[in-house]
Amino acid sequence: MANQNDRRIGLSWLFKMAWRDSRRNTGRLVLFMSSIVLGIGALVAINSFGDNLNDQIEGEAKELLGADLEVKSRTPIGDEVRERFDSLGFAMSEEMAFSSMVYFPKNAGTRLVYVRAVEDGFPYYGDFETAPQANSKEFTTGQNALVDQTLLLQFDAAPGDSVKIGELTFNVAASVLKVPGQSAITTTVAPPVFIPLRLMDKTGLNQLGSRMEYKIYAKYPDDFDPKVFEEFIAPWLEDTEYRFDDVAERKEEVGDTYADLTGFLALTAFIALILGCLGVAGSVHIYLKEKVASVAVLRCLGASGKQAMGIFLIQVVGMGFIGSSIGALLGASFQAFLPGLFADFVPFDVEMQMSWLAIAQGVAIGVVASLLFALLSLLRLQKISPLKAIRASFETTEPDRYRVIVGSLILIFVYAFAWFQLSDAWRALVFTIGIVGSFAILAGVAQAIIYFVRRFFPTGSSFVLRQGLANLYRPNNQTLILVVTIGLGTALISTLFISQNLLIDKVQVSSSGDDRPNMVLFDIQTDQIAQLNELAKTYEMPVLNQVPIVTMRLHSLKGRGVEELRADTTSDVRHWVLNREYRVSYRDSMTDSETLLEGKWQRKVDNPGDSIFISLDERLIDDMKVELGDEIAFNVQGAIIKTYVGSFREIDWQRMQTNFLVMFPEGVLEKAPKFHVLLTRFESGEQSATFQQKVVENFPNISVIDLQLVLATVDAVLAKVSFVIRFMAFFSIFTGILVLIGSLLISKYQRVRESVLLRTLGAQKHHILKINTLEYFLLGSLASLSGIIIALIAGALLAWFSFDTTMSPDFPILGLVYVSITALTVLIGLSNSSSVLGKPPLEVLRS
Amino acid sequence: MSEEIILSVRELTKTYASGSRSLTVLNAVSFDVKKGSTCAVVGPSGSGKTTLLGLCAGLDKPSSGSVSLNGVVLDDLTEDEKAEVRNRHVGFIFQSFNLMPTLTALENIMIPMELRGNRDAKARALELLETVGLADRGKHYPAQLSGGEQQRISIARAFANKPSILFADEPTGNLDGETGAAIEDLIFELNRDAGTTLVLVTHDLELANKTDRVITMKNGKLHTDKATEAAI
Ligand SMILES: Nc1ncnc2c1ncn2[C@@H]1O[C@H](COP(=O)(O)OP(=O)(O)O)[C@@H](O)[C@H]1O
Ligand SMILES: [Mg+2]
Repeated sequence: MANQNDRRIGLSWLFKMAWRDSRRNTGRLVLFMSSIVLGIGALVAINSFGDNLNDQIEGEAKELLGADLEVKSRTPIGDEVRERFDSLGFAMSEEMAFSSMVYFPKNAGTRLVYVRAVEDGFPYYGDFETAPQANSKEFTTGQNALVDQTLLLQFDAAPGDSVKIGELTFNVAASVLKVPGQSAITTTVAPPVFIPLRLMDKTGLNQLGSRMEYKIYAKYPDDFDPKVFEEFIAPWLEDTEYRFDDVAERKEEVGDTYADLTGFLALTAFIALILGCLGVAGSVHIYLKEKVASVAVLRCLGASGKQAMGIFLIQVVGMGFIGSSIGALLGASFQAFLPGLFADFVPFDVEMQMSWLAIAQGVAIGVVASLLFALLSLLRLQKISPLKAIRASFETTEPDRYRVIVGSLILIFVYAFAWFQLSDAWRALVFTIGIVGSFAILAGVAQAIIYFVRRFFPTGSSFVLRQGLANLYRPNNQTLILVVTIGLGTALISTLFISQNLLIDKVQVSSSGDDRPNMVLFDIQTDQIAQLNELAKTYEMPVLNQVPIVTMRLHSLKGRGVEELRADTTSDVRHWVLNREYRVSYRDSMTDSETLLEGKWQRKVDNPGDSIFISLDERLIDDMKVELGDEIAFNVQGAIIKTYVGSFREIDWQRMQTNFLVMFPEGVLEKAPKFHVLLTRFESGEQSATFQQKVVENFPNISVIDLQLVLATVDAVLAKVSFVIRFMAFFSIFTGILVLIGSLLISKYQRVRESVLLRTLGAQKHHILKINTLEYFLLGSLASLSGIIIALIAGALLAWFSFDTTMSPDFPILGLVYVSITALTVLIGLSNSSSVLGKPPLEVLRS
Repeated sequence: MSEEIILSVRELTKTYASGSRSLTVLNAVSFDVKKGSTCAVVGPSGSGKTTLLGLCAGLDKPSSGSVSLNGVVLDDLTEDEKAEVRNRHVGFIFQSFNLMPTLTALENIMIPMELRGNRDAKARALELLETVGLADRGKHYPAQLSGGEQQRISIARAFANKPSILFADEPTGNLDGETGAAIEDLIFELNRDAGTTLVLVTHDLELANKTDRVITMKNGKLHTDKATEAAI
């Protein structure tokens, strides 16, 4: 009973003591806490800003599809799909699309177009961009058509004119500038014309049979769990004869850009965490170091080691909580100002939302990090001998058995958080190892500095030089802590610079360039090629690429017929592989958007009886379940051709090139029925229109598509992505610098007393300034240099593993980083000592 | 005996503002100290002795009044100029030693000489170390030394630049009787040898009586100022 009472009093006494102790030196406490505030503020701001931007980009990707999910088929889609979607609460909108001739009564022009009969609802994401702006509901209720801009241009038609499709005449309501989902070029063989789906019957065109494409666009309910799609809908759809596309897949089509962006945002968030922890760790470490004397006194007065530790444990947790709460709120509200601040630069509207999850996360991380990084110092406090009260504190170098335990706990924390952030155990491990490695390198650099300064100490040099150098290794030196914080900070900042450049370069490679084709001509007959080339030449349209295409279907795979495979439920060959119509080409060499991964490229089949080795897109390894040497037979319009897998290629689908899943060598398909595709580039709309007109006049069978629309969409997305990358990098670099400033400010208390004593003994202002400049210059300079070297290593590894490119670091920028960080370190070091210079020494000596 | 005045204090007042109230810690104190003399300042704790000494040595700024040291008026000097005066003319011994915890004993002694640009600082520091009887402890850090030893180092440091005046603020206050006595002897001995002026703050009347003159402080005012038997 008495015992219990004691313990209760004991605990409340600890709280009281923690409070009492914190009242003194409020300024100092604020400084320590400010570092936590900064660290957590940065983490929360970056995380929630990243979340918001990610949502934004996700939205953009949805616009590329116009819906969450698209199901398409060459045959009418069965009701089982509608029923299933209905039961899941999906909103649906249907489409029938087909190539057809249209007729402009105004000038009797005709042209092959791609008619898309749509329902109100589509697009669920994004909007038709039309001139004048059309209302989707009005458009679908009237007898209206929306017609591609270049088509109108070509026929000198305008909104208000009419256009005849099949047996029905439509009013041209508007011209179409941009359409969500327009990037589906492979199915588009002509400029699009939109008509209401309910009028399909009246056009008399719905009997086109195989040329018709049926689509259902679906939009998920708001609370839809994407896992349901992955685990439930996708496998089910795969077993039907329908093809489907979801946002994730469409994103892949835009290229690795999204994957890179997501990777980069994860990297930034991880760096923000480490920066936050760095701030917290630095401040807590130095704070507790200062408390050794107080603990010693407490011990003298009869407090137990545990009690003494308890007091400061309470303080640290309290500080951690208050600091990270303020930081989290600041970080989150910082974003509220962003849209206004950056309205002119941001190429899209960033909708900012308070992310309460990010705030709660930030507070939790702040408290846990404070506690973890304080733990070692706290456990040491427990062991402080009361004798310390009588003697000045002296560095103890006894080995610490807690060190391993606390170190492991910190590692687990960093890894767990990395895992949580990146949702990828393997990546998290790599990042954690990277941080530990950097830490080890920097600690090594610090030890090396101490060793070499001691070993080669210039005994005969000036007082200032010797004092400045000796500060690097004397007891209570800040070499280790500052080299690690400055070095790690610099490494993170430089890594961001480097990886930002990596990504921006990559995005620019794919999105810009004046030699990209922007017009595709389809269905060219072999005997038309020469004439067409001539025509292109007269209109100054360069032939950028010209390939033959043979369509074929899969006949058998490793000796098993397609029908058999389709029926076999144990076969894991994907159905799209079995069902699709392959557009195959042949050439004797690879283009620069292809890389050979495995096997050998067969250039030519010399004799009719020789084995044919084809080259497959690497994606077919998994989906077709084939290896090098496997036998694949194709049905080429009735003729069965037996081939073997000769090689696998990786294809950069981002390049506007004609790329093929299956490539034949020369010498096989030359005689097969085929058509050609030609890629060219126009500079002006006028040039495009006149050329198209001529082509239609001379070769009525050839379809022309203008890729300008598609490219505009892709470019817009890439521009946004590169903006996000730049902005996030800038933002984290900025906060990284703030955190660095915080840890440097804290180092102030390490040197104040010494500077004052020097003053008492008659040191001049310039002595103290020079000594401190030298010390901080050496620390800042060596630490930032090591940091940059670490960043170069990290950058090379990131380039290699993560972003799949090579690094070309921007050395002037890195030089600037070096100079700035060193200058910053010296500046703050000096401003720290300047507070000593102005004050009478007695004030400090008394305290 | 020379009649030269080395320290001259006129109407020295120090007031601390604590909140709305102000606290006058030193109230119009005036006195002169002759070169080469020794002088003790005694008085109850809180009577303003440390404050007075700090002002005399230019470690703090008075609220009003004037201090002149070795003919230099400190009142309008900058902190740097005061530091220069301290380095040239003043030695200081603290009750709490105030050694630089991060420097070795030897380095602590060397600093005042090094600040002055003295080339043979190390040789003289070693000499001083020997004088204070700690020749073998030069490489030790303050935390590795006892209180008495630390105070010896701080005495050696105070004498390093051959100051013309030495201020000692209760130099034995943190030490046991025996050690304290040894420290006192050391201070007097070095002082006599160097011919330094000594201003010593102490509670110990016996010690005070070893000096030429005793100044008594009370409530921030100079209470009494008498020559001792030792002077006669
Ligand atoms: N910074 C300060 N603010 C307010 N009062 C102070 C300050 N420094 C000293 N004092 C007060 O000045 C008085 C004299 O102090 P001090 O000179 O240290 O006395 P002594 O050395 O004689 O014991 C004491 O009452 C002390 O409380
Ligand atoms: Mg005193």
